[in-house]
Amino acid sequence: MSRYDRRRRGSAIYIGLCYASTLFGLGWLVLILASLFWEGFRGLSPAVFTQMTPPPGSAGGLLNAIVGSLILTFLGVAIGAPLGMLAGTYMAEYGRHTKLTFVVRFINDILLSAPSIVVGLFIYEVMVTRMGHFSGVAGAVALAVIVMPVVVRTTEDMLLLVPDPLREAASALGTPRAIVIGKVAYRAARAGLITGVLLAIARISGETAPLLFTALNNQFFSTNLNAPMASLPAVIFQFALSPYKDWQQLAWTGALLITFAVLALSIIARILGAQRTAK
Amino acid sequence: MTEVQAMTQDQKNQEAIEMIAPVILTANDQEADAPRPDDRVEGEPATAPAATSPRPDVVVATPAKTALRPAALPPEKVSVRNLDFYYGESRALKGVSLPLYANKVTSFIGPSGCGKSTLLRVLNRMYDLYPKQRAEGEILLDGKNILSADQDVNLLRARVGMVFQKPTPFPMSIYDNIAFGIRLYEKVNRADLDERVETALKSAALWGEVKDKLKASGLSLSGGQQQRLCIARTVAIHPEVILLDEPCSALDPISTAKIEELIDELKEKYTIAIVTHNMQQAARVSDYTAFMYLGELLEFDTTAQMFTSPKQKQTQNYITGRFG
Repeated sequence: MSRYDRRRRGSAIYIGLCYASTLFGLGWLVLILASLFWEGFRGLSPAVFTQMTPPPGSAGGLLNAIVGSLILTFLGVAIGAPLGMLAGTYMAEYGRHTKLTFVVRFINDILLSAPSIVVGLFIYEVMVTRMGHFSGVAGAVALAVIVMPVVVRTTEDMLLLVPDPLREAASALGTPRAIVIGKVAYRAARAGLITGVLLAIARISGETAPLLFTALNNQFFSTNLNAPMASLPAVIFQFALSPYKDWQQLAWTGALLITFAVLALSIIARILGAQRTAK
Repeated sequence: MTEVQAMTQDQKNQEAIEMIAPVILTANDQEADAPRPDDRVEGEPATAPAATSPRPDVVVATPAKTALRPAALPPEKVSVRNLDFYYGESRALKGVSLPLYANKVTSFIGPSGCGKSTLLRVLNRMYDLYPKQRAEGEILLDGKNILSADQDVNLLRARVGMVFQKPTPFPMSIYDNIAFGIRLYEKVNRADLDERVETALKSAALWGEVKDKLKASGLSLSGGQQQRLCIARTVAIHPEVILLDEPCSALDPISTAKIEELIDELKEKYTIAIVTHNMQQAARVSDYTAFMYLGELLEFDTTAQMFTSPKQKQTQNYITGRFG
C-alpha cells in the first residue's frame, strides 16, 4: 500500500472517530432535553404560575418559587454586576499594567472556577450564623459572589477589545478620562458588557448549592428578604428527591422553566455578540 | 512693483518645480493663476532672524527677494524648542526645534519611524496617556510651555485638536459624534447645538451627505466620510491648532482630494500640522515642510523651497524617492 493510501485511510478513520464521539456527546444532550421536555410539558399548566407549592397529594404550582428565584437573581445581579463592572473597568482602563491588576485577575480566575457550594458555605458562616436564621438577602449575596467574577472577567475582556485609537480620539477632544470610559469605551463595548451580565444571570439561575445554605426554601409565598425564601432550584432539589408523584412532576416543570430561561438568555447573548463582531 | 517681482519669483519656482516633480505643478498652478505675492514673501524664513529656525541661513539671494524681505514671517503659533522624547529608554526625538506658523499648514515628512507621528503626539500631549513615555524640552503654545507640569492636558487638547490615521468615529449617532466635544466644555441649548453641529459638518464638507441622517450611527458612514466626521468633530470645539496624523492613508483618492481641499480651507482659521507619507500630498497642501530622519529634524523650509532645492542631500534623496 502506498504512503498516500495509508494516509487516506488514517484520515478516514480519524474523521470517523470525530463524528462518532460528537454523536455520542450530542446523543446524551438530546436524551436529557427530550426527557425534560417530555416530563416537563406534561405538567405545564396555568396553575404552575398562579399557585403555591403544595403539600404532597394536593394540587399546586410554583408561583412562590418563581417569584423567589426572580427576586434572588435580580438582587444577586444588582449587587454583583456593578461591583464586577467597576473592578473590570479598573483592570482594563486605569490599572492596565499594574501588579494589582495581575493579582486581582489571578484571584478572580480562582473565584470563577470555585465550586458554588463553597460560596454557599462561606455566606452561611458570614451571614446566616450571625443573623441566626436563613434569609433571602443571604441568598442574594451568595449569588452576587458568583456573579461578580463572571462580570469582572467579561468586562475586562470586552474593554480590552475596544481599540486604543478610539480612546485617544476621545482624549484628543480634551475629554477627561472618566468620560472617555463612561461615554465612549462603555458604549463601544456595550454589547459585550450586556452579554457578560446575561451569561452571569444564566449561570446563577440554576445554582442550588449556595441557596440551600442561605435562602433555604419556603413553602409559602414570601417577599420578605429577612426570611427564608423559595427558589426554583431549591424546590426542584426538594421535590425531585421526594417520593410523591405530583411533587416530582412539579420538579420536572420547574427544571423546564429554568432551561427555557437560560436558553433565552443565551440566545440573546449570542445575538448581541454577533452584533458586536458585525461592527 | 512687488507684485510683478513676486510673479517672477513664482514663475521661477514653477520652472524649477516642473523639472523636478510634475505632480506639484497642478497644485501650484492655482496660486500662479491668482497671484498672492504675500505667500512668497512669507515663505522666506531664511532671510528673517528666526531664532527657532534650525537650519543654517543659506540664502539664495536674488534682488527681488531682498526687496521683499520686509514683510516679516507669520507669527509662530507653536514653537518647539530642543525637544527630546523617550519611549522608555529609547530616544525617539533628538533635539527637535521648529515653528508652526499661525494659519499655515506645516507638513512632516520622512521615512517610517523617523519620529513624525511622535512629534505630533507630543504637541497635544497624547503620550501622557501611556506610562513610560516622556518628553523633555519646551513647546510654546502662544508663548506658554505646554510641557510644564501645571498644564491641564484636557484643556490643552481642547485647544490642540487631532485627527488620526484611521477614522475613529465614536459609537454613537453622527449628531452626537459632533455634539460630544461641544457638550464637554460648553453649556449650549438645543438650537445653538444644532447650529454648531451643522456648521462643523459644513466646514468638513460633510453636511450635504449626512444632513438627512444625523441620527444614524457614525459607524455607518464610508471611510472617507468617517474621516471628515472626525475632522468636523475636531473643528466643532473651535481648537486653535489641528494635528493631522496621516489623515488620508486609509482613504481612496476621491476622499483624499476632498480632505486636502478641506485642509486648504481650514487654514484660514486654524494652524495645521500634518504628517504624511505622500510626497505629493505634502507638496499640495502645505506651506512649510519639515523633513525628519531618525528622530532628528534634518530640514525645515517653505514647501516650495523644500521640493525644488532642498539643502540637504538626504532630503533630496527622500523626496525624489531614492530611499524611504
